[in-house]
Amino acid sequence: MTTPPLSTPSAKTPPVGGAGNAGQTSRSRRRPSRRGPLLGSSFASAWEALLANRLRSLLTILGVIVGVAAVIAVVTLTQGTSAVLNARVASLGTNVLTIIPGAPTGAGGVRGGAGTRQSLTQADADAIASAPHVVAVSPVIGASEQLVAGAQNWNTRVEGVYPGYQQIANWQMAEGSWFSDADEASARSVVVLGQTVVANLFSSTGTDPLGQTVLINGVSYTVAGTLKSQGTVGFANQDDVAFIPFSTANARINASQYVSQIQAQVDNASDVTATQQAVTALLEQRHQIASGGTDDFSVRSPTQFVQTAQQSEQTLALLLIGIAAISLLVGGIGIMNIMLVSVTERTREIGVRMAVGARRGDIRNQFLVEALTLSGAGGLLGVTIGLIVGLMLTRAFSLPFVLSLPAIALAVGVSAVIGVGFGFYPALRASRLDPIVALRSE
Amino acid sequence: MADRGSVKASVASANGATSPASASSGAARGGVPGVPVISARRVSKVYRLGQTHVAALRDVSLDIQRGEFVAITGPSGSGKSTLMNLLGLLDRPTSGGYWLDGREVGLLPADTVADIRNRSIGFVFQGFNLLGRATALANVALPLVYAGIPRAERERRARRALRAVGLGDRLRHKPTQLSGGQQQRVAIARALVNGPTLLLADEPTGNLDTHTSEEIMALLVRLNTLGLTVALVTHEPDIAAYAPRQIAFRDGRVLHDSGAPITALVGETPPPEPERGARDSVFRIREDPL
Repeated sequence: MTTPPLSTPSAKTPPVGGAGNAGQTSRSRRRPSRRGPLLGSSFASAWEALLANRLRSLLTILGVIVGVAAVIAVVTLTQGTSAVLNARVASLGTNVLTIIPGAPTGAGGVRGGAGTRQSLTQADADAIASAPHVVAVSPVIGASEQLVAGAQNWNTRVEGVYPGYQQIANWQMAEGSWFSDADEASARSVVVLGQTVVANLFSSTGTDPLGQTVLINGVSYTVAGTLKSQGTVGFANQDDVAFIPFSTANARINASQYVSQIQAQVDNASDVTATQQAVTALLEQRHQIASGGTDDFSVRSPTQFVQTAQQSEQTLALLLIGIAAISLLVGGIGIMNIMLVSVTERTREIGVRMAVGARRGDIRNQFLVEALTLSGAGGLLGVTIGLIVGLMLTRAFSLPFVLSLPAIALAVGVSAVIGVGFGFYPALRASRLDPIVALRSE
Repeated sequence: MADRGSVKASVASANGATSPASASSGAARGGVPGVPVISARRVSKVYRLGQTHVAALRDVSLDIQRGEFVAITGPSGSGKSTLMNLLGLLDRPTSGGYWLDGREVGLLPADTVADIRNRSIGFVFQGFNLLGRATALANVALPLVYAGIPRAERERRARRALRAVGLGDRLRHKPTQLSGGQQQRVAIARALVNGPTLLLADEPTGNLDTHTSEEIMALLVRLNTLGLTVALVTHEPDIAAYAPRQIAFRDGRVLHDSGAPITALVGETPPPEPERGARDSVFRIREDPL
């Protein structure tokens, strides 16, 4: 609305001075007090307008809800995972090498799960034992088996390992002892039980598990010892496990020449890298892989394990945050769209408000507050849903639930910024309406 | 009231005929005694429609004194609605000067104009223009929101205004639950609630039947006798007849003014300023007119 300059006819004199000023001072004195009630009533009228179109408002903020919920869920999940990874590094110690079948991977490479390729044998493990700085070695084979003790039964992971595995994995005994070299040599049917297994097989009957007989796959095993709890470290419960001698497992459970992994303990953390190289060279030689060729195994140090896990976790997080960002952008555009519709629908209301004394800024703020309320509601709902999803995911993966306040503040802040950012143009358009045209609109 | 033959006579009559109480309440509307509520000098409004220029108003000059009831009549396209928009500060003239309460308002910034609309002018429209989602009470309280009045005080004043137009028992009704006449009375209450100097009614009975129109006009007449200045735009002679003074428009000019010959106003200086003391007291006391 442009106003041509007023040409004042010379014949008249405008009544300036005290008259106009008196009025102005009286008005400007009131002006500051004008803002408080106005803001409250803007929020009230925004709620009213949004509630009048409940379904439309909900659909509008769906994009923001999804985006914020995705961010919160991902952050919750990643934080839980990192907490676990850190704990795992601490529990593993920094001087255990893990050798798994399959080609080693660089960052972002495709790899099959451990054990998908079979290339490692017990003989490889025995060869590694003679490498320098290696103080203990154990091949690992495992299977999920039904354990029966009396009337109780429990399904758990049964792993066949060397006696030295106790030292490698840092298992403390709660009762009894780990099986001996003699047990291994003669493939005796002895078993060491994790606390979860003990709890499920023996606690209800109050029996002391030591010396009791447990049936695994139809074969009787004598309980040689029980393990102290290592807690829920990792994606699975560490205590839900039973160990038997490797030779026994190889004969009764896993009749194969291949093992699923080999663990080797290095005498000193500073020798880990050198030993890793030595073990790699040794296995390449044994597997007849020319230098520069693709290995059919990979040797990992604990830090590499953590790095690999963190990398894939970060890739996943980046992907999901990318999706969330797009969702938030789409949500913002949705808010802008619906605000433009709302301004058009309520053109006459805007005209009325201007006629009764709303300033252009008041109209702009009214619609800004409305957009902000929309996106803020979306943000809060998104945080709630994201936390619920995060809680469910962490439960499902047995991860700790870590509440990240900065992430929540960020999500709510971002949705507020979206509301103001995408609501500004429609609000500006509303405030620039010509009151006469607005009052005449249908 | 029918005896207001001229501008000066109408002022005398308004001051003389009303009771002291209503006279003081008239002053409390923010008006300035002795200064015309409206003073327009050689006001023109030209609309540009593509290449052509359409003059909706041509050199219109007129005064409306405090307490007057003026009907602005004319066929459609005569410029009466344009004048109404200019008087109500919804639009600005292309040229000419306009004083409201002795204050030159043509050049004021938009925010100040909005504040003046809020405090000094009450609008009543043909289509009522109530907010559909809001109750009668909230509709009436709307101008007070923009005046920065706290909530409780807003409600108190809005309730009083609704009682004054006979809708004290319809506070929580929404526009759709009210008849046309009731809606227009809500609109009138909204126009009055902030104690305006001037009530501008644009075809206020255009959407109403004869009987309801009479009720609304009776209400406007009653408000006028209490001291409120009313300017009414209508094309219906019956409705215009309620006003003691009638200004007929044709082709953007004043064709006939029963209150003041336009020739007398052309080139005339707006009335002198009031004494300072009187003005200050007027602005300090802002009582509710109802």
